[in-house]
Amino acid sequence: MKPAFSVLFFTVTSGIGYGLLMWLVAMQLISGQVGELQNFLMVGFIGLTLATLGLLSSTLHLANPKNAWRAFSRFRTSWLSREGVFSLLYYPVILIYAYVLYANGGELTLVLKVIGAVSLLIALATVICTGMIYASLKPIRQWHNPLVTPLYLLFSVTSGALAYTMLSLALEASLSPLATSAFVILLFISLLMKIIYFKSIGKPEGSTIGSATGFTQAQVRLLDAGHNADTFLTKEFVFDAGAMKLLRLRWLMIILLFIVPLLLVVATYMFDVAPAVYFAMVSLYFGLFIERWLFFAEARHVVRLYHGDQRA
Amino acid sequence: MKLGLVIDLDTCVGCHACATACKQWNTSGTIGPLSDQNPYGKNPIGSWLNRIRTYEVKEPSADQKLPSADPKLSKADQRTASDNQESSCGSQQFDLYALATKGESTLSFAGINSATGAPASKTVHMPMSCMQCEDADCVTVCPTGASYKRAEDGIVLIDQDKCMGCNLCSWACPYGARELDEEQGVMKKCTLCVDRIYDEKLPESERQPACVLSCPTSSRVFGDFDDPSSDVSRLTIERGGKGLMPELGYKPTNRYLPPRETAQVPAMAKTKQPALSKLKKWANRVIAR
Repeated sequence: MKPAFSVLFFTVTSGIGYGLLMWLVAMQLISGQVGELQNFLMVGFIGLTLATLGLLSSTLHLANPKNAWRAFSRFRTSWLSREGVFSLLYYPVILIYAYVLYANGGELTLVLKVIGAVSLLIALATVICTGMIYASLKPIRQWHNPLVTPLYLLFSVTSGALAYTMLSLALEASLSPLATSAFVILLFISLLMKIIYFKSIGKPEGSTIGSATGFTQAQVRLLDAGHNADTFLTKEFVFDAGAMKLLRLRWLMIILLFIVPLLLVVATYMFDVAPAVYFAMVSLYFGLFIERWLFFAEARHVVRLYHGDQRA
Repeated sequence: MKLGLVIDLDTCVGCHACATACKQWNTSGTIGPLSDQNPYGKNPIGSWLNRIRTYEVKEPSADQKLPSADPKLSKADQRTASDNQESSCGSQQFDLYALATKGESTLSFAGINSATGAPASKTVHMPMSCMQCEDADCVTVCPTGASYKRAEDGIVLIDQDKCMGCNLCSWACPYGARELDEEQGVMKKCTLCVDRIYDEKLPESERQPACVLSCPTSSRVFGDFDDPSSDVSRLTIERGGKGLMPELGYKPTNRYLPPRETAQVPAMAKTKQPALSKLKKWANRVIAR
């Protein structure tokens, strides 16, 4: 699949935004303390801005955005519709939470805790829906994989934990031990899961040119695709980056997304080198971009079987 | 009703008449226009609802493993094979390639050519349009409700006024049946010429999709798969019509008929010619000059 920048930016950025907001509310619910209200509003504003920027960018790839409002209408069947509904529903809930907290002067009442918990659930649901949009597509076996949705969720929560760590260091000059250690643990889990994912999509399975043409007992080879210029199908689904490039990018992704942030966060924590955590965030962001780019570039739609591929 | 097409891979000559007739009809039909970009330039591109590809199909050589050696896949194949058998009321399942590899077929082209020793092969033209799937994921994934499948006849359609052009339905379609119209920003797909087949102003023989009417070899047949006496049901049973990519579970309605078994054309053998006929031939050539 062709990686479209708007979709890469959307999934990565809104993932971090929702992850950050989840951590912000979760930490308040866990500790029962709000801390500086000003800092809470600041972090909340950053998280919501990231999520919104991502959502806005996702509408950029629509060919007919004037009908985008209709996308909320098929909640019962479409994951894209569910994502839209949850992402929109999130705004009033988190804004009410922030407003009541502000009006209360920072006191966490029971009602507030409930609202906070609901906002957590909606943020989780939004990210899960994003993953399910891809995981529900059967013609792309690299996406129709049980690890795709957990990975989307993990990357959102992990990057959110780092963003939370970074912002708490910047605003309160102290690291939250809980968020920091959670980040390290989540990073290890996501690395492990990503490696299992790479293994599982590497297996030769799925549809073949034989099942695509019905000639399952014969050797089939495309002679003529029927057109001598690009078509919508080749533009949308046929994308070849080259095996070597993909492999190199996998390593670059592992370095930028996992190794560098881990070392830098450990350095920040153990040796008190504060700026390291900012570089960790930058490295993680680029790593996530490469991860998402690979997620598209390595996905092979079965329509490619009608354009010369032997197997999906 | 379960309307759909049967396509005969034995007789299709790959002339693209179905595709052009489709474009011509539908560009002014209910979902039209079907726009083209740069139509007379170097890289023309546009929406087509029907595309024809050409394949070489041949007997796999002994050292080449078939790409469909996947156990999951073969299970799915078996499942559809038994499905077909059920629908064919016990008549014998006809799979040319299955027979050929089992060695039960002596006439099949898919064998070793005795004269040259090379594996015989065949060129197959395969037109593809919307399969009008029973389990159409393109409809399920649509967030706006623009994509829908009609309950009365099973035709999958797109409401052009509701589509927001997110492309998700084209991603969900394994057959490449959906193409975005870049000019209007909405998705286009085969309508099975819904604006022809019910038009009572047309003579009854013309109430068929444009692709079916235009086919010079009658390789395309339109009809109701729910009616066991219809041409499409009969052909599917008689010729062992197959749906494509059954393993994905979309339950495509359209069926493809495999090429018939044909007698192998013997390779031209070199025969010794008598000296006199050689001389005659030479003389004829000289005179012709």
